[in-house]
Amino acid sequence: MRILLALALVLGFIMTPPALAQDTEPTDDAAAMTLLEALDVDSFPVKGEAIDAIVRSDDPRARDWLQALLDGRLQRADDGRFVVVLDNTGRDWPVQDALTGESLGEMSRRDLGRIGINNALRNQLRSAIAVVDLYSPDLQLRRASAERLLGEVDGDLAGPLAEVIEEETDARVRGRLTQALAIYRLEQGELEAIDDLHGSLHSRVRVALNRAANADDPLIADAAREALSGIEQMLKVNRAAETLYFGLSLGSVLVLAAIGLAITFGVMGVINMAHGELIMLGAYTTWAMQQLLPGQPGLALILAIPAGFMVSALAGIAIERGVIQFLKGRPLETLLATFGISLILQQLVRTGISPLNRTVITPEWMSGSIAVNDALSLTLNRMYVLGFALVVFALLMLVMRRTRLGLEVRAVTQNRTMARSMGIRATRVDILTFALGSGVAGLAGVALSQLTNVGPNLGQNYIIDSFMVVVFGGVGNLWGTLVAGLSLGVINQVLEPWAGAVMAKIIVLVFIILFIQKRPRGLFPQKGRAAEG
Amino acid sequence: MNASRRNMSFPLRTRSLPFRSVAASLLSAVALSAAGQALAEEDPIKVGILHSLSGTMAISESTLKDTVEMLIAQQNEQGGLLGRQLEAVVVDPASNWPLFAERARELLEQHEVDVVFGNWTSVSRKAVLPVFEELNGLLFYPVQYEGEESSENVFYTGAAPNQQAIPAVEYLINEMGIERFALLGTDYVYPRTTNRILEAFLKEEHGIADEDIMINYTPFGHSDWQNIVAEVRRFGSEGKPTAVVSTINGDANVPFYRELGNQGVDAGDIPVIAFSVGEQELTGIDTAPLVGHLAAWNYFMSVDTDANYDFIDAWIDWTGDEEAVTNDPMEAHYIGFNMWAEAVRKAGTTDPDAIKDAIIGVVVPNLSGSYAAMMPNHHITKPVLIGEVQDNGQFDIVWQTPSTVAGDAWSEFLPGSRDLMADWQAPMRCGNFNVATGRCGGSTAAEEAEAALAE
Repeated sequence: MRILLALALVLGFIMTPPALAQDTEPTDDAAAMTLLEALDVDSFPVKGEAIDAIVRSDDPRARDWLQALLDGRLQRADDGRFVVVLDNTGRDWPVQDALTGESLGEMSRRDLGRIGINNALRNQLRSAIAVVDLYSPDLQLRRASAERLLGEVDGDLAGPLAEVIEEETDARVRGRLTQALAIYRLEQGELEAIDDLHGSLHSRVRVALNRAANADDPLIADAAREALSGIEQMLKVNRAAETLYFGLSLGSVLVLAAIGLAITFGVMGVINMAHGELIMLGAYTTWAMQQLLPGQPGLALILAIPAGFMVSALAGIAIERGVIQFLKGRPLETLLATFGISLILQQLVRTGISPLNRTVITPEWMSGSIAVNDALSLTLNRMYVLGFALVVFALLMLVMRRTRLGLEVRAVTQNRTMARSMGIRATRVDILTFALGSGVAGLAGVALSQLTNVGPNLGQNYIIDSFMVVVFGGVGNLWGTLVAGLSLGVINQVLEPWAGAVMAKIIVLVFIILFIQKRPRGLFPQKGRAAEG
Repeated sequence: MNASRRNMSFPLRTRSLPFRSVAASLLSAVALSAAGQALAEEDPIKVGILHSLSGTMAISESTLKDTVEMLIAQQNEQGGLLGRQLEAVVVDPASNWPLFAERARELLEQHEVDVVFGNWTSVSRKAVLPVFEELNGLLFYPVQYEGEESSENVFYTGAAPNQQAIPAVEYLINEMGIERFALLGTDYVYPRTTNRILEAFLKEEHGIADEDIMINYTPFGHSDWQNIVAEVRRFGSEGKPTAVVSTINGDANVPFYRELGNQGVDAGDIPVIAFSVGEQELTGIDTAPLVGHLAAWNYFMSVDTDANYDFIDAWIDWTGDEEAVTNDPMEAHYIGFNMWAEAVRKAGTTDPDAIKDAIIGVVVPNLSGSYAAMMPNHHITKPVLIGEVQDNGQFDIVWQTPSTVAGDAWSEFLPGSRDLMADWQAPMRCGNFNVATGRCGGSTAAEEAEAALAE
């Protein structure tokens, strides 16, 4: 650590005003070359020493080398030069010289040898970079560095760290570094250090307290145990909140997958086994949009929302016009025919595009998670999907309740003959309703592309769940679908930790079967004469 | 005759011919003309391909079909075998296990193929096993599997547990100092048997306590990993260094790794080592958050040998896809195909019984710079490689066994299987010889394994 600090101090001062870095004389290239050459060995422990040597040298390029090494982009060309690979996809890679930083054009991967690292070296590099970054003017780097150093402080770092904490302006960095220092002080047997760790939910703090709870000093052990029991209480609350979030997010996926079916099956009464494939089409539309707009996955995803709706809606119209309209009132035949369509669509994708899964990129703003506290962080992609599901549901309710189309749909499904004699064109309403349900399935596909595989089998995985949710919620009732989807999600996630994923699924299925026995019309049965017919 | 003529004009994909193969084709051309027209006019050697081209397994198996077709085309460019051309007979068992048996019968009885390359899942292999034994066919099976099997008619070119799972776990313990293990798997025979072997191995050989092993099974295609990943995170935050050993299969991996990335499970804290995740599975994922997670295989696309680069270039030309990736089962087919070809040359015929005798002891180069030998138990020698995921979807090899490891048909860590050995050479010719009783087939290991699984 002392070595790291030396580098940190040197680099810290050099790097503060970036212009200065250019002014200082770089160590001569021969010395730099020796440093890098030491990395080109097979043994990882020897490489670790070479990394230490680089850290010890006060070469201003050291941080860049360490970062390139960490990213696996520091490579050696066959002619002995060290290069940094700028983009390592495909067969030929653009590279730049590691010493001079000048671009060397493209090189074949055959001519390049990677300086490999393993997890141990990766940890070493991260810590080294974190110590350097502690002095960085960039707040984000300092925050990341403080996170990294929790539980990694040793005697050499402890002294300077106290000074850093004094001068730090950002409260979060200061708090984190104080905890990091407190863990070290606790290890040294300082009782007061526990005060700084009270109420922290971070797992490394918990590990340190657990260790202290078994310490020889009864005073420390008691204090640590007390701090731990407080933490455990808070963790329980967090865990419950986490399970609820998991349940709601699983539920939102179920709702999204089922809500289109709630219209085609629930409202229109068509058993559409190809519903899953309409979802799949939406997901493939997302992929296609990303192919059309390379480098802009976020924009492509947003554009995929209307596009996915349109594609699936058009496919839905084709299915309705081509098959379903001829099978009106013959549910068994409809089931078989749409099942056939589902297989045809799957195989079309398989032969037309590829049997392999397609990569759908998650945009930057949708990946990762937001940390509520140290123990509870909510994954962003699922939060977006949860929000999206609620928005889609609200819009759908609006369409069904407040628009002319919604009125006509309800009229036609309640009494077709009467509606027709009132001048409603029932056939047109059929087409539009089916298109609406299919389009919503497409929207589900756009959302699912962010959570699961985009492949030919995507739809198959959701068709059973979709029917389950619709039947459980009460056929023909959109609210029922929402409540059923969310509650099934939560039940599943509550059961999963102690029953296992397989058993949880079985228990939920058995529960639904029993429930349907008691209440065949689901949670929210439709009332009135229409329901009797 | 018609078929043969059609095959002769089979459009060969152009690829740059290495000098050796040019020489070989010249030589065989000379040999061919010397042997006279009669041989060339003979029927082609038929190679059956039994891989799903539709259904769930198409994602993995369809590339293997293409691989065998490419190998056949390459062989034909070099003049075929025994002066005869090779012809691929492709059938589609559609990821349907009973259909595998029907298609296998069709290949052997109707098409009268000389050899079959095929299958992926263990359950499909179990389904075709009786067919191959009854009709005396030859099957080359290219996928890592759970072991506990050795058939006279099957050649296992994928890894047995001792060529993948056991060395991987030893790497975790010895090189990374791991003390706690979460064994996550898909709920079917391969993960369950492998985890049973691993559990026994960890407890007996390394004294790992019960509370330090967590086992969890999920259904096929599981897509909601929030809870399990959160549980693993808790399991790993109790002080001891923890790793996840994953036998999660196929599709379920994409949402699993996504969830790992999103919940911030870093390879530095809790590394995940996978036995079923290769380059192809990673094509569906953004690997930047996964850098450092591990996989154990016998081949990686990133292997730095000229043979491998030639194979990759040929594959890219064959598929016409610049981004095409190669993976471990493809290498297994490459090895298996070359072994079979060598055995045919050695035996001078494609007769199954002659091949069975000739192929034992055949040695061919693999793609990672060493050699694969066919052992008497119909398993092959393989190096074990541990790779870390990189941000470009490739693996960086961080460790490998000093020499190749011979595959064990019967695990030494399972009761009942410990005493068994397989040797298909004369005079023993037995797949489950019990050393304790000195009799062939004297064991109930298979039933015991099934009974234990049913528990």
